[in-house]
Amino acid sequence: MKISLTVNGQQETADVEARTLLVHLLRDSLGLTATNVGCDTTSCGACTVLVDGESVKSCTMLAASADGRDVTTLEGLTPGGIDADPSTWHPVQRAFREQHGLQCGFCTPGMVMAAASLLKENPAPTAEEVRSGLEGNLCRCTGYHNIVAAVLQASKEKS
Amino acid sequence: MIPAPFDYVRADSVDAALGALAQHGDEAKLLAGGQSLLPLMKLRLAVPSVIVDVSRAADLSYVRDEGEVLAIGALTRHHDVATNQLVRSGAPVLAHAASLVGDPQIRHRGTIGGSVAHADPSADIPTALLALGASYVVAGPGGTRTVAAHEFATGFLETTLEPNEMLVEVKVPKATGGWGYEKFTRRAIDWATVAVAAVRTTGGVSVALANMGPTAIRAAAVERALASGAGAADAAVYADEGTEPPSDVTASAEYRRHLARVLTARALDRCLSGS
Repeated sequence: MKISLTVNGQQETADVEARTLLVHLLRDSLGLTATNVGCDTTSCGACTVLVDGESVKSCTMLAASADGRDVTTLEGLTPGGIDADPSTWHPVQRAFREQHGLQCGFCTPGMVMAAASLLKENPAPTAEEVRSGLEGNLCRCTGYHNIVAAVLQASKEKS
Repeated sequence: MIPAPFDYVRADSVDAALGALAQHGDEAKLLAGGQSLLPLMKLRLAVPSVIVDVSRAADLSYVRDEGEVLAIGALTRHHDVATNQLVRSGAPVLAHAASLVGDPQIRHRGTIGGSVAHADPSADIPTALLALGASYVVAGPGGTRTVAAHEFATGFLETTLEPNEMLVEVKVPKATGGWGYEKFTRRAIDWATVAVAAVRTTGGVSVALANMGPTAIRAAAVERALASGAGAADAAVYADEGTEPPSDVTASAEYRRHLARVLTARALDRCLSGS
């Protein structure tokens, strides 16, 4: 089936099987491999992207259900890309870098997208609210401390 | 994991959805937020040959104040139920329960109607709605019918919904007095090992339990004890009476009975101390 959607500001069309999951459309058809597949069971959050500005787990949404919608992946968070000067990055990405909010990095794309969505809904969260707001994202390096610090830094920058 | 192949039908209205269901019968499943159905399909626990995607039926996403009750469209997402001011003031136990479903990403997709129709006994939404004495508006080929929450779920993931019917609205009697909701999980985003909803309603205090049987159930013995004057601690000892909790990898039946009593005491403490 033919679908048409906006991904990172660009109009995309794709011919997909009905059962194609959004994450596979992004990774396999569009080559946007920042979005990871972790658990594949709606638990780990590594596949988190924004759909119409809100975080969703792209392993648990049909590509067909994204037809006509606006999808943002990590690649689209900073328009100039992360090769550009860090001062131009999205505040969450910059804060993850400065606070070293990652160890192996596998959960990071999902963490950043979930954090961006969280700060949109709650621009000035407490540390506790950051922890509960990221309950849908697992870091198996258990590097949560610096991730929370990064989100708090980003919230102060934004506000 | 990718679901088994299926035919995809997009239905942006109730009429379109009912038309598709009439055509495909029990081969078809309605897809709303997909947060329960898609995981089941990926595991091949559900293998529908037709998916009717109703997620864009925007006219089913709303909360309306109808005086004594709130009318909530079946496709209203958990995130919207949790943050909606009418729900927060008119049925705060429901807003709170919605805020505990899964995680933020799941609440951005999952819907109140999807959770009710899925009828998972461990789910927060059906439990809160059972305590509130909600009713469900079901559309079918012959018009609509209304089913009380306590008559809707008939077994594990089973309801009175016919294959050619669709849940379209949830009617929630307002309950602005005291309430308590206690959910026990081992990990943050898990389904409830056991959960308890306690609500002060016009008919007294009602108490519902999650995961203490094949459906969400009312703790009738607790309600009777409260009605005859017992306090929270004395009433809560009856919380597991007449229940059939499962034993699984998360908890034994005996442990669930213990949790039901402890969580009921906490929920009632909060409910009875409220206004």
